Parts: sequence; structure tokens; C-alpha cells
Amino acid sequence: MLTLVVRRLGLLVVVLFGLSLLLFAWVRALPGDPARALLGEKATPAGIAAINERYGFDQPVWQQYVTYLGRLLRGDFGASINTGQPVVQTFTERFPATIELALAALLLAIAVGIPLGYLAARRRGGWLDHLVVGGSLLGVVVPVFFLAVILKYVLAIELGWFPTSGRQDARIDATHVTNFYVLDGLLTREWDASWDALVHLVLPALALGSIPLAIIVRITRASVLDVLGDDHVRTAQAKGLPRAIISRRHVLRNALLPVSTTLGLQAGALLSGAVLTETVFSINGIGSYLFDAVTQLDYPVLQGFILFIAVVYALVNLVVDVSYGFIDPRVRVS
Amino acid sequence: MTLLEVEDLRVTFSRKGSPDFTAVDGVSFDVDAGEVVGLVGESGCGKSVTSLAVMGLLPRRSARVSGSVRFDGTDLLRASPAQLARRRGKDLAMVFQDPMTSLNPVLTLGRQLTEVLRTHTDLDRAAAKKEAVELLGRVGIPDPRRRVGEYPHQLSGGMRQRVLIAIALACSPRLIIADEPTTALDVTIQAQVLDVLTGLVRESGTAMVLITHDLGVVAGTCDRVNVLYAGKVVERARREELFARPRHRYTTGLLAAVPRVDAPEGTALQPVPGSVQDRLPWDVGCAFAPRCAVADEACRAGLIGLDAAGGPAAHSARCVHPAELEVAR
Amino acid sequence: MTALDALPPTGPGSPDATGEASGEAGAGPWRSAWRRLRRNPAGIVGAVIVVLFVLVAVFAPLLAPYRPATAEWFGQVTPTSVPGPSAEHPLGLDSFGSDLLTQLLYGARSSLVIGVVSTGVGLAAGALLGILAGGIGGKVDTVVMRVVDVLLSIPSLLLAVSVAAILDRGPLAIMLAVAAAQVPIFARLLRASLLAQRGQDYVVALRSLGLRRRRIVVGHMLPNSLGPVLVQATLTLATAVIEVAALSFLGLGDPNPAVAEWGRMLVTAQARLDQAPMLALYPGLAIAVTALGFTLLGEALREALDPRSSR
Repeated sequence: MLTLVVRRLGLLVVVLFGLSLLLFAWVRALPGDPARALLGEKATPAGIAAINERYGFDQPVWQQYVTYLGRLLRGDFGASINTGQPVVQTFTERFPATIELALAALLLAIAVGIPLGYLAARRRGGWLDHLVVGGSLLGVVVPVFFLAVILKYVLAIELGWFPTSGRQDARIDATHVTNFYVLDGLLTREWDASWDALVHLVLPALALGSIPLAIIVRITRASVLDVLGDDHVRTAQAKGLPRAIISRRHVLRNALLPVSTTLGLQAGALLSGAVLTETVFSINGIGSYLFDAVTQLDYPVLQGFILFIAVVYALVNLVVDVSYGFIDPRVRVS
Repeated sequence: MTLLEVEDLRVTFSRKGSPDFTAVDGVSFDVDAGEVVGLVGESGCGKSVTSLAVMGLLPRRSARVSGSVRFDGTDLLRASPAQLARRRGKDLAMVFQDPMTSLNPVLTLGRQLTEVLRTHTDLDRAAAKKEAVELLGRVGIPDPRRRVGEYPHQLSGGMRQRVLIAIALACSPRLIIADEPTTALDVTIQAQVLDVLTGLVRESGTAMVLITHDLGVVAGTCDRVNVLYAGKVVERARREELFARPRHRYTTGLLAAVPRVDAPEGTALQPVPGSVQDRLPWDVGCAFAPRCAVADEACRAGLIGLDAAGGPAAHSARCVHPAELEVAR
Repeated sequence: MTALDALPPTGPGSPDATGEASGEAGAGPWRSAWRRLRRNPAGIVGAVIVVLFVLVAVFAPLLAPYRPATAEWFGQVTPTSVPGPSAEHPLGLDSFGSDLLTQLLYGARSSLVIGVVSTGVGLAAGALLGILAGGIGGKVDTVVMRVVDVLLSIPSLLLAVSVAAILDRGPLAIMLAVAAAQVPIFARLLRASLLAQRGQDYVVALRSLGLRRRRIVVGHMLPNSLGPVLVQATLTLATAVIEVAALSFLGLGDPNPAVAEWGRMLVTAQARLDQAPMLALYPGLAIAVTALGFTLLGEALREALDPRSSR
């Protein structure tokens, strides 16, 4: 187990190194001149030279890279050309919103998807099964941003049950400790702030949750059907165990193994979807930050972002693999 | 005293898009307390389906079961699922064919043993664990104290089958159904596992239905034998009687296919020609007729009954031209 | 299902032993796949949607009552209302004053072109990598698969954003962006398929006959991978349509905001969600129905080509 973690972390370092090289080369190959882009219409040779010197654009490329890598190792992702804010600082401010949204969506998808998939498999061919299979197909083909728009129109604009945008009502004077607003409210005992953040989270999480929900439901259903046909389930029945124990200990537990591996693969889709959902509900997460960076060629932000995502992605998958080892003894030993 | 009485058991499978298939076609047999009874036949003859029907383990949706299965006075086919579950594992237990897949891969052996104990007895966690170690030792698993915390994939096939036997014996059931308990194992350990099983069954006075395609297995273990073909019992006798005077042509065929130490040197083994799929519907005649060397029109003249010949030995066969008559002729 | 699968299928009632199999004897795998496909109602629905979508896309200039993205009736659009259906405009106007029906029909066109081109490019590049990795093996395999792993470790939208950032905004950027996200999928698929075949007896036999590796890979192994690739391509078209819409939703497409693109139409519709929800509903439905068509067709193809996989 430990060797797995060490080996994977080693691999991550290699991938990150390669990625940083790639990203660096890519950003240097961009058609636009960042200094010119920054100054826009007012660009003068002197102005460009000043910017170049300030950001090190005039040094040899390899030296820029070494400097860049050194900074990375010190945890310094540079400052946004656009806003002058350190990239890391903006991330810590904005990333919690995205994570909060993605986690809420994932939890929702797990809480709904696993029972639904299980019930559909147990009543295979029944109305619930047809509903679940059809619904999961819809979850795949309806784009997140469209679902978000529909939810916003029906439940927020027409019915007024939920707020239309943002993370928290501006009139609430909430203290923010971690920038996870729901958690902040709990930590500071500002219950109304926590509740308001949660209410703001409902629609975005519903929309974003549709992606993992559709996949979790499908895989749970298929996996339960597989396990139900396994010999060991028949052994459990022959033992005269109560139905509930057979379902929980012998069917669901085994069936969840394949489901848990796919959760890691959801991280990428969740992140992409979160960016889209954030734009519909005007949430100040990394989504808008990223797209400002793209349109304005803010390359320190882009680099930092991609590296950051790669790390998050790799760590999520490592955590999933390790936990997989804990629930499946066959993996643990080999 | 009769412990299990199966009467006119019929199992029909229906699947969408294909005609119904009757796997068990009016099977009757009984088992006395403490007795070992064999159900013998080729794969596809309905012996495994019979055992699953007795245990109530057939899929409810696709299998129709009729007849009666009287166990210790109650008809299991008419018992509610909850009543059945209360008896399964406690009064009647089953040992399955494939030890590689019949244990849950993600639970420890100890857990799989204690859960049956804790369901049917009032042992507490510690006592159940102690009993599990005890049981593993009884089925001949070395170092049971350590093994109890291991997972199925850490054991060999023979060891896993021993664990399945331990699970079946855990609550001292009155009847064990063993469905081809050694078929999936290496030849070298088949005998060991069979010895453990029969030894423990005899020792505890548990009755057993032993399902096998191997007459060699029957010869060493069973008190009485039922030979099945195409979903019906075709011959029934005490073991010595069956081996000494087989009557049904299918039984003689099976016996000729078993290697024997006492056979004259140079005797070739005679496989039964054809396969179970070349069969006649029973209401047309003897299902075995297409594969039988002595079959004639009489064999194709409608359903043939199980005769009660043989007197006190109760040796009956479902055959128009039984082997002994030919000898007498 | 426990007992049923294990026991009686040897009997005369079992579907494997009789009827169907012999009835299809002599027909090639493609023909019997075609037969299974025609019997699958979901597949037919999918095929109909796909055909309609393609027809609309191709004949948009003939079907549409006006020219797209003209903003001709901009004067009729006020800050508080967008004109609804009328005799001249069956679905009304969009918020830039173009005919909504025309915009929708031309939107199919841009979705089809961008979707097909990006899937084609992704397929070609992915297939090339996959063939290199699976056909040659060894060091080439290792290197190619590391590259593919890195590509996979970047979330697809992020990859798309990166490409769009390099190429600047526009349809070409979207095409390449979506294609880039598809490369690893096809590379892995082909590699796995080729590797699975490499150990098979017929390949060993061909090699023992002295055929050159390229002949074996191109002439014998590749055709056997065609089915899975076709299935994947159809399913990928569904995601491509959605991703194309997502990228133009985020403003990475044509810089002209009035362009006839479903994703972009959805963005501009958001500002008037409370006045004219239909402006969002139509393009959103168009995206979903198109994706549904390709998904249904793709899954039906999968089942038709590999009957065992049906569940």
C-alpha cells in the first residue's frame, strides 16, 4: 500500500515536470506577445521593454523556464498579468467555491444514484428500471449548461423557490474563514449564513450533479446485476441470511467496487461542468477566472491553473485507488 | 424415519423468446435421517436444478416449481420466503460446486462463517469467532486461527471447498445437499475433500443428498442411489444392488464408462454414445431411446412407468428392456 | 438469474442451441449486425434523428425562410420584449432580431460541420497513435501511451480551452479543441483492440506464413477493429455536439455574438430568460435531441455488433 502511494507520487512528480515543460513551451509559442497584449493600444517600444524586463520576458527561454520552475517549487505560481494578484492567492479565494459546488454535486449524485441504480437492478424490467435507464440517458445527452438554464428559469425565476445567482445573499454579513461558505457558517456558528449558502448551492449542484448521477446510476445498476448472478450470493441465500444482510453485505458491498473506481474519473468532468454551471449562476469560482485568463492570454494564471488541476486530478485518483485497496482485499494483497 | 420426501417435483423454466424448458420432470425420492442418498446423472439431467428447488434457491421469476418437498413434516415449496430463510443454513445446508466463486471475495473467511452462526444461533461475536476457528480446524484447514482473518483468494480451491463445507456444517443441520462438491477440484485432492465431507456427515449423523455425475464417488459414499435422466428418475436402488445388478440401460452404460480395478485386463471403457440433447419427450417414449443400443418400438410407445420390481430391495427402473431380463433370455 | 444461466441452456429450449444461430449462418458479421440493428427500436429512433439532423444541416439554405445572423429586424426587439411567433416568423425572433427558425436550422449546420470535422480529426490522430502503439509495440508503445496518459490527465474542457487559447477564438479552435479531447479515447481503443488480436491464433498463423507486419496490421487486424471504432465514433459525435455547444456557450466560438450556433444562442437567451424562455428552450432541446440521436444509434450499433454486450 505504502509503495503504491510512493510510486504514484513519484510518477506525479515526473508528470508535473513534463507538464510544466510542455506548458512553458506552449505559452512561449502563443501567437500573441503578452507584453503587447497587456498594453493593448497604448503599446510603445519603451512600454513593452519595461513590461518585458519586469516579467523576465527578455531573458533566454531556458532561463525563464529555470526561474519559473524554481518559483513553482517554492509554491510561487507568479502573479496575474491582468490583475497583478498572485495566482495562488486568487486560487485560494476562488477554488473553494468550485470545490464546494463539485462536492455538493457529487454527494447528491452518490446519495441518489446508488440507491436508484440498486433498486433498478433488483426490479430489472420494472417501471423504475425503465425510468432509471431512460433518465440516465437523458442525463448524458442534456448539456449541463442547458439543464442549469432550465432549473434557473423554472425553480428560480418562475417559481422563486431558489435564488437565481451567487453563493450567498449580499445582505448577510458573513465571516469567511475557509471560503467554503457552508462550512464557514458552521465554523462561526452563523447558522443563517450557512443555510443561505446551502440554499444558493441547491440549483447549481442539481444541474452539475446530473453528469455523475447518470454515470453512477448506470454503473451501479450494471454492477448489481453482475453481482446478483454471482455464485457467492447464492451461497449467502443458502445460509439463510436475512434479506437485508444479503443485500447490504453480499450484493451492494461487492457491487460498489466498480462504482468507486469511476468516481475518480468523474473529477475531470465535474470540473469542466462546474466551470459551465458557474457561468449560468454567476458564481465567482475558478470558471470566470479561467476564462478571463484565456481571453486575455494571462499565461501565469493558465499555467498555474493547469498544473494545479493536474495535481488535484492525480491526487483524487490516488485517493480513489488507495481507498479501493481498502475495500477490495484482492487489490490489497497483490 | 423419513427426513426429506420429494414428490413429483417439476421445474419449468420460461424465458422470453424461447419455448418453455422442463428441467425436472416429476422427480420423487426420499432421504432418511442420517442417510446418504445419491442423485446421479450427466450434466443437464436436472440434478442440480432439483437441489436448488429443494433449497428454494431457483429464480422466482423464470422458474415454475410444482410438486412437494416435505422436510421434517413441512412442505418447503409452500413455505414463505422468510420461513424458508429461517431453515436454510440451520436445518438444511448446501455445499456448492465451484469453490472459486461460491465464497464472497471481499469478506474474511471468519466473517462468512460467523454470519451464519450469528443468524441462526444466539452466540455472541466472540463465541461465534471461536466456533469459526473450531469449524475450520474440523474440516482440516491448518492454522485456523490465522486463516480465519484471511480472504478467499488467499486459499487454494481445495481449501475453499473445505471452508464451504465448514459453513454448511456450522449450525449442525439435519440435511446437507452437496452439489458436485469435488468436480471443480484437482483430481488429487478430490478424494481428500470427499473424505472430509462424508466423515463429518457420518460423525454428526447428518443426512446428505450427494449430487454427482461420477459413479465412482457414489460407490464410496452413498447408501441409496437415484439415477436421473432428462429430468426423471430412471433407476433407484440401494448402492450394492445398483452396482451388482444395474437394470436401466442408461445405468449400465454409465457403469461401463467407469474404470474398474476388478475389470478383466484389456476391457475397453465404453462411453455412452450421443449426448443428453438427443432426447425424446417422455410422453412419446423413453428419453434415452435415441442413444440406447437395444431400443425398439416398444420404447417409443408413450410414457414408461417406474416399475416396482425387485421386491424387498426396492430396486425399480423405468425401462422396457431392463438389463437383467436380457441376461435371463 | 443464478441457476438459469448455469444450468439448463443445453436443452432444446435454449436459444443458443437452435433456430436463430443457424438461421443466420452464412451471413457475414456485418449483415447479421445490420439485421439486429433494424430490430432495435431505440436504434431506429436514433437513426431517424441522426438522418433528420444531417438533412436539416445540409439543406438549411433551402429550408430556412431567411438568411442567418442578419439582425434584420433588430428594430422590433426592445429591451423588455422579443417578438414571438408571427406569420413571417414561425418561431419569432432572437434577441438580435434574426429569425429564430433560421438560426436554429443553420445551427444544425454548424454543429454538424464542427462535430464531424472534430471527430474525424480526433479519430484520425487517435487512430494513428493507437496503431503505432498497438501495431509496433515496444518502446513506441510506451512513449505513445505516456503521451496519451498525459492527455487523459487533463480534463477535456481544459484541453479544449488550452487549444482555443493558442488558436484564438473561432470555429477552427473549437474543432481542434474538441478533437484534442478525443485523441486519447481513440488511441486507447485501437491500441487495446490491436493488442487483444496480436496474441490470437490467426495473427500467429499469418506471421508464420511470413507476412510482413504492416500487411498483417493494415490488412487483417485493422478491419477487425472497425466495429468498435465505428461505435465509439458515433457515441463521440454525441459528446462532440455537446462540447461544441459548451465551448461556444463559453464564448470560444465565432467572435460574432449573433452567429447561428446553438451554444451561443443559449448564452444570449439567458439575459432574457424571464421575458422569452423559448429562446433558451429551442437551442437547448436541439442540442439534447441531436446528442440523444447519436447516443441511441451508437448504443444500438454496439449491441448489434456485439450481441453479448446488450444489457
